[in-house]
Amino acid sequence: MMNSSRVRRPELVCPAGNPAMLKAAVEHGADAVYLGFKDATNARNFNGLNFDERSLAQAIELAHAHGCRVFLALNTYPQAEGWAHWTAAVDRAAALGVDALILADLGLLAHARERHPELRIHLSVQGSATNHEALAFYHERYGIERAVLPRVLSLEQVAQVVRQSPVAVEVFGFGGLCVMVEGRCALSAYATGQSPNCHGACSPAKFVRWDETPQGLEARLNGFLIDRYAPEEPAGYPTLCKGRFAVGGHTYYAIEEPTSLNTLELLPRLIEIGVAAIKIEGRQRSAAYVAQVTRVWREAIDAALAAPQDFSPHPQWLAALDRVSEGASHTLGAYSRPWK
Amino acid sequence: MMKDDRFVIPPALARIVSRLPQTPPAAVLAFALDRLLFPRLPLPELDALLEQPLRIEVSDLGLRLALTLTRRGFRPLPAHVAPRLTLRATTRDFLALLRREEDADTLFFQRRLALSGDTELGLLVKNTLDAIEIELPFLPRPR
Repeated sequence: MMNSSRVRRPELVCPAGNPAMLKAAVEHGADAVYLGFKDATNARNFNGLNFDERSLAQAIELAHAHGCRVFLALNTYPQAEGWAHWTAAVDRAAALGVDALILADLGLLAHARERHPELRIHLSVQGSATNHEALAFYHERYGIERAVLPRVLSLEQVAQVVRQSPVAVEVFGFGGLCVMVEGRCALSAYATGQSPNCHGACSPAKFVRWDETPQGLEARLNGFLIDRYAPEEPAGYPTLCKGRFAVGGHTYYAIEEPTSLNTLELLPRLIEIGVAAIKIEGRQRSAAYVAQVTRVWREAIDAALAAPQDFSPHPQWLAALDRVSEGASHTLGAYSRPWK
Repeated sequence: MMKDDRFVIPPALARIVSRLPQTPPAAVLAFALDRLLFPRLPLPELDALLEQPLRIEVSDLGLRLALTLTRRGFRPLPAHVAPRLTLRATTRDFLALLRREEDADTLFFQRRLALSGDTELGLLVKNTLDAIEIELPFLPRPR
């Protein structure tokens, strides 16, 4: 049973790929936003997206004026030649006054802890930490105050981690799914030579082709056919993990389907478990998406906190979220697995 | 799939418009973009978009508008120039995108926005448009 005196109010953490998205998140009730610089130091490295120093300073000012915190994702893994660039980004973020850095690389964690001891650090989902001992290590060695869990744990596994974790735990509530334990994907590196964990994009746009053919709309990644959609069939992002492949004589979604994670129905249980924050995926989307999704999750979290026993997701919430979903459907992902 | 019957252009109109010369409407679009968009384009993005032949297809109006961006603004292109990027949607969906009422990826997933050609350029156009703050008081509301 939920003990109301111990209920922790989970923070709603929303994506901001540009200033318009940040405004939409703040206006519709985000407790925090996460964002990145305009380069490969973050895992949404796309042309025309993200923040430079000037727009980040303005973003922090606007968010803080509305009581919203700003987390900066610096969560890709620098290669030898990029080290100075990545550490400079850490220093820049610290100087601009972000509320937390979201880091994954051990070297960057050490750099941030040594150079900016006052700065709050969150372990990125890209860190792939899935058990409480890993979190304890990051906490003791680097002083992390929160960790974002990969979207591969069942709800019971999340509960076990939260129960024994020395740090606050953030989980993904809605949006794109990753089935590769996040920081450990080699799929697009196989096709393009660039891994998402180092270059900041699952399928870099320069390798993607969309072609209308007599057989349907074809999505190719560096020449590899990922999927072919019939007219009017819902489409997805052109990532290898969500492609349809011929395996053993059958052509199907052999790894994962194009679908979005939606944990709205688990909200009372997530609150009961004691997760500190619920994260919305989608920095690559738009202000319209952020407004629509933040509005629904704000209402839902407030409703679940007010009356957890009576909580059930409103049909109009689910419809609003399904509208913006990849492939126009949703899943509970690993949360619904019986793994313990 | 979501249908909206409150903002439907009669199909007959598209059949007629598609047979008319496309340069005058392309010039009108270039003029509108010069007023609305050009002064607000951030420099790095402007550089990356320069001299790229673009095509905007408004499917329900039968319009196929070819244009490009120069240092001095948008210019219509002759219809025969091969585009590096083509964007296709209905009038309603283009207006909803400009008004920030719809998300481009949502429309793409639902097959209401089609993109072909250079995907990197497409992403840049999409993200640049979404990042620019423009007020469009005179556009008709699609819903």
